[in-house]
Order: sequence, then structure tokens, then C-alpha cells
Amino acid sequence: MIAELGLAALWLAAALAALQLVAGVLGLTVRGASLGDAVRPVAIVQGLLALLAFACLVYVFAVTDLSVKLVALNSHSMKPLIYKIAGTWGNHEGSMLLWVTVMGLGGGFVALVERRLPERTMLATLAGQAFVSLGFYGFLLIASNPFERLSPVPAEGNGLNPLLQDLGLAFHPPTLYLGYVGLSIAFSFAIGALVTREVGPAFARAMRPWVLGAWIFLTIGITAGSYWAYYELGWGGWWFWDPVENASLMPWLAATALLHSVSVLASRDALRAWTIMLGVIAFSMSMIGTFLVRSGILTSVHAFAVDPQRGTFILVLLAIYIGGALALFGLRAGTVAEGERFAPVSREAALVFNNVMLCAILGIVLFGTLYPLLAEAMGAKVSVGPPYFNPMSALFAVPMLVVLMVGPLLRWRRDTFARVGRLLVIPAMLVIAAGILVVVIGGAPLLPFIGLVLAAGLAWASVLPLKGRNLRRVPLPVWGMVIAHFGIAVSLFGMSSESAFSIEKLVALRAGEVTQVGPWDVKLDSVEPVAGPNWTALEARLLVRYGDDGKVTQMLPQARGFWAPPQQTSESALLTRWNGQLYTVLGGEAPAARQAGDRWQLRLWWKPFAPLIWGGGLLIALGGVLALLGRAAADLKRISVKDKIASRRERQGR
Amino acid sequence: MSAQASPPPPKAPGYMLWLPLGLFIVFAGLLLVGLLRPADRTVTSALVGKAMPQFALPPALPDRPGLRSSALADGKPHLVNIFASWCIPCRVEAPQLGALAKAGVSIEGISVRDTRADLQAFLAQNGNPFQRIGADDDGQVQLALGSSGVPETYVVDGEGVIVYQHIGEIRPEHVDMLLGKLKEAQQ
Amino acid sequence: MKRLLLLSVAIALAAPALAQEAQSTAPYAYRQLADAAQEARAQRLMETLRCLQCQGQSIADSDAPIAGAMRSLVRERIARGEQPEAIRQWLIERYGDYVSYAPQLTGLTWPLFALPVVLALVAFLLLRRRFTRRKSA
Repeated sequence: MIAELGLAALWLAAALAALQLVAGVLGLTVRGASLGDAVRPVAIVQGLLALLAFACLVYVFAVTDLSVKLVALNSHSMKPLIYKIAGTWGNHEGSMLLWVTVMGLGGGFVALVERRLPERTMLATLAGQAFVSLGFYGFLLIASNPFERLSPVPAEGNGLNPLLQDLGLAFHPPTLYLGYVGLSIAFSFAIGALVTREVGPAFARAMRPWVLGAWIFLTIGITAGSYWAYYELGWGGWWFWDPVENASLMPWLAATALLHSVSVLASRDALRAWTIMLGVIAFSMSMIGTFLVRSGILTSVHAFAVDPQRGTFILVLLAIYIGGALALFGLRAGTVAEGERFAPVSREAALVFNNVMLCAILGIVLFGTLYPLLAEAMGAKVSVGPPYFNPMSALFAVPMLVVLMVGPLLRWRRDTFARVGRLLVIPAMLVIAAGILVVVIGGAPLLPFIGLVLAAGLAWASVLPLKGRNLRRVPLPVWGMVIAHFGIAVSLFGMSSESAFSIEKLVALRAGEVTQVGPWDVKLDSVEPVAGPNWTALEARLLVRYGDDGKVTQMLPQARGFWAPPQQTSESALLTRWNGQLYTVLGGEAPAARQAGDRWQLRLWWKPFAPLIWGGGLLIALGGVLALLGRAAADLKRISVKDKIASRRERQGR
Repeated sequence: MSAQASPPPPKAPGYMLWLPLGLFIVFAGLLLVGLLRPADRTVTSALVGKAMPQFALPPALPDRPGLRSSALADGKPHLVNIFASWCIPCRVEAPQLGALAKAGVSIEGISVRDTRADLQAFLAQNGNPFQRIGADDDGQVQLALGSSGVPETYVVDGEGVIVYQHIGEIRPEHVDMLLGKLKEAQQ
Repeated sequence: MKRLLLLSVAIALAAPALAQEAQSTAPYAYRQLADAAQEARAQRLMETLRCLQCQGQSIADSDAPIAGAMRSLVRERIARGEQPEAIRQWLIERYGDYVSYAPQLTGLTWPLFALPVVLALVAFLLLRRRFTRRKSA
């Protein structure tokens, strides 16, 4: 019953989305103006219905209703409850339902609270939102019905990919989806503004919280995904430039650019067409990301739910939305005035420069990711990996980081280097000092070297905007900016340090033997079998000690075997100190043919300051959260002031 | 393009506004092509058409000689089959290899990452069509041949040149094709 | 040969006894070179070679047996004093460009290397247009 209820709710929501689209479009015309009033309530109800459908799906997963095909294919009664629930979105249909649910709720929320924009722009925005949602409803109902029943009912489910049975990963895809959906709302705003040609600060302010929110989720999603790959794949790598990783990075790059250009538009009324363009690009990158992940046209470590048929559907949606939006852009952008001007040395100019650099990096990532496809169409196979992406993106990232040190110190409209030059003396000295220090301690390859010195300068420069200000009166968004930029320095330092100073050790040890990795002594104490709810494992007990007089700590890496479905995984054990992370993996029993006795294969890494990579990522997200809180508080204040004025006017009988 | 800057509200030239759409259409077309041509995940050896690399493998079993590349250039075409006891498709292709051996084809084996006991059991169960079996315990000759998986089968002509590579198991429908390739190699 | 897999099969009971490929027995699949500088060179090369059986991982990040065989090949050849790029070429001769994550500059891949130049040019033009306009207006 519950499954049918969910399906009914889904159909109703789709019907309401159609209504929302029609009413929104007609509401823009003179004769249909009265229909416009229906759009907001319809949008709200549509969101609630989508939520109901999603709740139904969560329920059938939670109780493992095996008569529902999706549950039978992706779940198992023996799974822990948290993974049963996470299984709801750990598959294609469920994740698409999550997508439309969040999209519906987002649209409903916009309809409920957003009152700043002219009503015509709002109608166009909500109609655009309904148009996008409608495609995804159609996708779900036609090509991937999550509530399909199965007959006969199987005795047991297929289980979930063991790699996905991990808390971090259970919440990784929904986080990214929240980001994607936030960008879809930004996209709808861009469409709405293009339709009515109302591109200005009000539009930017309405769009900004959605961009910020999306960007926060994308940042967290990428950070978490990278950390997941780091400890789960068991080889100590944290970024592989794999197509699926790139698919999550590209929307982030576009959203980062959009975030900054929307701020310029909101406070300076400049970069109008550029902001609209970025709004379209950011959403198209999230759709392309979804397409790349779902269609399986590129080979990836992370491809879990691949189906070319669905790829076709997403591609069609992509063509309609993005093609349509770009055509609209071509038609309308010429009539959108450029907005305010600014000098080559000004805050705006720095922001524009970094926007262009971000877009160039985006271009590199997109092209490099898709080039193997292009080459295959020409009849050859090539691989594009880190040796391409690292230096090519650094080509644009390095100037960007340099400008990032200066930009926040510049004034809007017009400034001089002479004014900010004095402030930058310390960061410049830090850059030089860091360079000398790295050379003294033994040097580093070029890219990590550049990363280390830039991180040193940026860490200082990023907090300079606070200089000479009363810290208690600094607005939250400024704190947000400072913290996010500082987070970039932290993360960059972590990345560079990890890649320059990591120490790897592969050893085959007997129980009782000791080995060294970096400053650590590692003793293999024992290897014992252990059992979990749906797996068994061999667990190594390692006793590790930092330096000669450190405390002995126990680490328990496992080699796990799952049986539903059967698969082997390595569960690494990590030990974090303030100055780095010890990473241990139990491999197999060492090849007996060559080594006598029962030795166990261990893979050990000492990664100095590696945790800062993700710590920095979280700082960046925290910066976003502060900025969002600041903006939201300001918006609330403005709304309440308006209400007060309005009610006072009413009382005065005007 | 910065020459005509006279009107106060400067507009980007028209084609600049349509450029994104143009790029997107090219891009969507590429994705469509990618979807329509399902990606070919097999990695073929780049050595087809070139001479067999030099190698000398010790015998995998006492009753068959090992395999050295010089033995392949004896004027007759050969099939070189890369196999292993742990590989299920190798069991699937065993009857076809047997049929080829009966048809007079000289089949040489390279057993990858195997043990003598496993190999003996495998051949006892599935038949032994091989003239020689070289033991490639470290998988290094497999790499030298540009082979990326097991099983794979190479057709080598009388001068020791690789003329064809068959990736995956040999199914019944492949037997005639392989016989044809061997015949071509004889000429 | 006893293997981890067989052992864990014995423990796990339900795990499939079906043919799982054995771990690579190649000497340097899971063993580092004694010379740290050589090992570092080998490691840098391995990170840029593609595992042929896995879905998009380098041989430095993979447990697949063929990745082990390739690691051993790289380490042995480095130990013999071969240049990393020569080893890469040796593999490309056998597996084509697919095996290398570092695209080589060829007639097929030149757009990859032209792109940054084009992007830099476009970026320059965009920025210049933005700022020269202002002065002339």
C-alpha cells in the first residue's frame, strides 16, 4: 500500500508541476494574469507531495519490503537499519526521487518566502523551476519508477555494494544532490530574470542564498567524497582526477565563480550577463555530472549505478534545459545592459580575473575528462590523468591564488596597488621564507613547492581584511570570506605537504616483528579473524609508537569479506596527530612462494599534515555557512523592517 | 573586436552571445556519440602486426617443454593461448582449444600466475591441447605481449609475427574464424 | 599456494570459492626497492600508469594482479637503471596510449595541449575587452 501511495503522490506532484508551469507562463501574459496567483500555492503543495513520495520510499526500504523491486535489488534484510535507509538513495531511482524531492521543496520554499523580486520575474522563475522538475518527474515515472512491484516476491534482497556500506558514503551522494538542486534553483532565477530582463541587484540578492547553500553542500560533498576515497580504497590516494570526481568538481568550480560574480552583482550592479551565464553553466555542470556518473560512458572507479538508457534520458533533459537556456541567453543577453563599470585595479577586477581563471580550470577539467571520449570517436584510446590535470590546472590556479591574496584588500570601483602594497609585505616575506624553508628541509617537486609557498602567503593574506577592524562589528559575510579563503590556504598546504612529504612503506611482517615508517615504529602484534553483521574479516592488531618515547597506540586495519554481494575490501586504520596521519592497511598473506613463514603484507604511510586537506575543505564550507547566516539575518531584518513600515502605513490609513 | 566602442552601453558582439550555445551543441553531440557507441573496454595489444617479443619461459609442467619465442618462428603458424587454472572463461574455451588441436593446430600455452598442482588438476579436468606450456608466474611475459587479461589467444605466423589477437574466451563460433586466421598466416 | 582469499573463504564460509585471481607473486608487486631514490622514481612512474583491468585506477592504487605485475616490472626495470620515460614507452608500444595517464603529444592528443593556450588567450581577450572599453568610452 505504502508503495502505491508513494507512486500516487509522485504522479500528483508531477501533475502539479505541469500546472505550475502552465499557470506561470500564462500568468506572464495579459489575459492569464489571474492564473499567476495559483503558482505559489501549487509550488508549495508540489514540494510536499514529492516529500511524501520520498518518505514512502524510505519506509519501504526501512522495513525491507521485498515486493518492491528496487528494495529487492538494492537491499537485504540483514543490513543495519542505517544502511537500509541510506539504501533508499544508494541507487539510481531513489537518488532521482531524492533529487526531485529536494527540488520540489526548494521551489516551494522560494514560493513561500521570496518577495523581493517583481512578481513577473517570480512567475517566470517558478515556471522555469516547474519545467526543470517536470523533466525529472517524467524521467522517474517513465524510465525509472522507484515503486515498481516485483512478483513473485523474492525471499531475500540482493544487498548493497559493500563499498557503499559506509557511513560517510551513505550521506555523500545526498549532499552533492542538495548542491546540484540548489544550483537548479539558481538556474531558474537566471531564467526568470532573463525572461523579464530584470537582471539587477535584487535578482542577485534573491539568487545568492541558493548559490551559497548549493556551494556549501558541494564543498562538503567533495571534501567528504575525497576523504571517503582516501580511507576506503586503501592506497592512500585522495584525488584521482577520475571522471566521477571531476563530475563533482566541475559544478563546484562553476558555483564558486557564480558565488563571487553574484556578490559583485548584488553589491555593485556589475557583471550582469556574466552572472546569468554562470548560473546556466553551474546547473549544466551538475546535470553533466549526473549524466557522466549515470550513463557510464566514461570508465571510473566510482561508477556504481550505470545504465546507458538512463544516460540517454538525462542527455535529452540536458539538451532541452541547457540548450534552451543558452538559446534564451543568445536572444536576451544582448538587451541586458552591462551594468556598472570599474577600473582594472579594483575589487571587481580581481573578482573578474579569478572568475575567468576558475572558468579556465573548469574548461581544462571538462575537456580533459571528455577527451578520451573524443579520441575514441576518432578510433584511438587515450587516458588523461593526474600528469595532465595537475600542471594544466595549476597554470590557472597559481595566478588565481596570487590574486586571491590581493583581491579582498582592494576597494570597490577603483584602487591603487600602492595602498595595498604595504599590507602585502608580510605575506610576500612569508612566501620567500617558506620557499627557503622547503629547500632547507630537502626540497619538494615543483607543484607541491609552489603550493607550499603560496599557502604560507595566502594564510596570512586571507586574514588581512580583518586588520584594523573592530572584530565584533565585522559583518558575518566578511568573516565567512576570511575563513573560506583561509581554508583554501589550509587545504592547499595539506595537499602540497601530502604529495611532497608522504612516506610509503610496504612490508611483509611476521607477528611480533617491528618496522619503521617515518617517525613511527609499527609492530604487528597479531592477526585474528573477526565478524561483523554482514561480513567477516581478518584484523591485524598493530601497536604503533610515535618517536622513541611516544605512547603506544593500537590500530586495527582489516581485510574484509562481504557475502551479500560477495566482495573483498580493505578497511584501513588511520591514526591522526596534529602533524599528520598514519595510514595502515592489511594486505594479503604475503606470497608464500617467495617468503617462508606466515608473513602478513602491510601497507603503511606517514602523511604529514594530510588531514588539513579535508580540514581546509570544512573551513571553506564553514565560511560559506557564516556568509549564508549573515545574508539570511540581513534578509530577515529587511523583511521585518518592511513589514513594520507597511503596518505603520496601514495604521496611518495611507 | 574592441574597435567599435562608441555607444555608451557597450554590448558584446552578437556572435559572442551565441557562442555558448554553439559550444554546447558540439558538446552534446559528443556525449550523444559516446552514448550511441558503447565504450569498448577491451585493451588490444599494440603488437599485432609486429614480431613476437623475445622471451623464454621455463616449463610449467614436467611432461611438456617450456616456451621460448624462437620456437614460434619455425615456419608454421601457431596459436599462443594465455590461460590460468583460476580463470573460469579458460574452462569455457577448453573444448574449443581441444577441437583446434584435433584439427592439427599447434597450440602453445602460457600459464599466468599459477601453481603446478592447480595447473595439473585443471588440465586433467579440461584436457591438454598444448604442445608446450611456459610458466609465466610473475606475469611479465603477459605484459611483454601486451595482454591485459586472461584468457587471450594470439595467432602467430611462421616467422614469429603476431597476426591476430583474440581477447576473451574462444567460443564455438570463433573456431572457424581462428582456423581462417591460421590459414592466412600460413601464406 | 595459500592465499588470503582462500583463508578468508574458510572463515567466511559463505564467500564464493569461485576463481578469484591470486595476488600477484611478482617479486616487486608489494615490495619496495631498497634504494629510496629509485623507489621514489618508480613510485612517480607507477602513479601515472593505468591499471589495465581496473576501472580507472593507477597501478599504484590497485590490488588487481596485473597491476602487481606491472608494479614489479616498473621496479625491476628502474632497479636495472632504465629511465622512467623509456619504461612508459615500452608499455605504450604494447598497450597503446591507453596505459599512460600522461598523454603524449601526438597528432591525436594535441588539442589537449592546445587547450590551455586557447583558454589563456580567451581569458586575456575577455579581460582586455573589459578594461580597454572603459578607457575609450
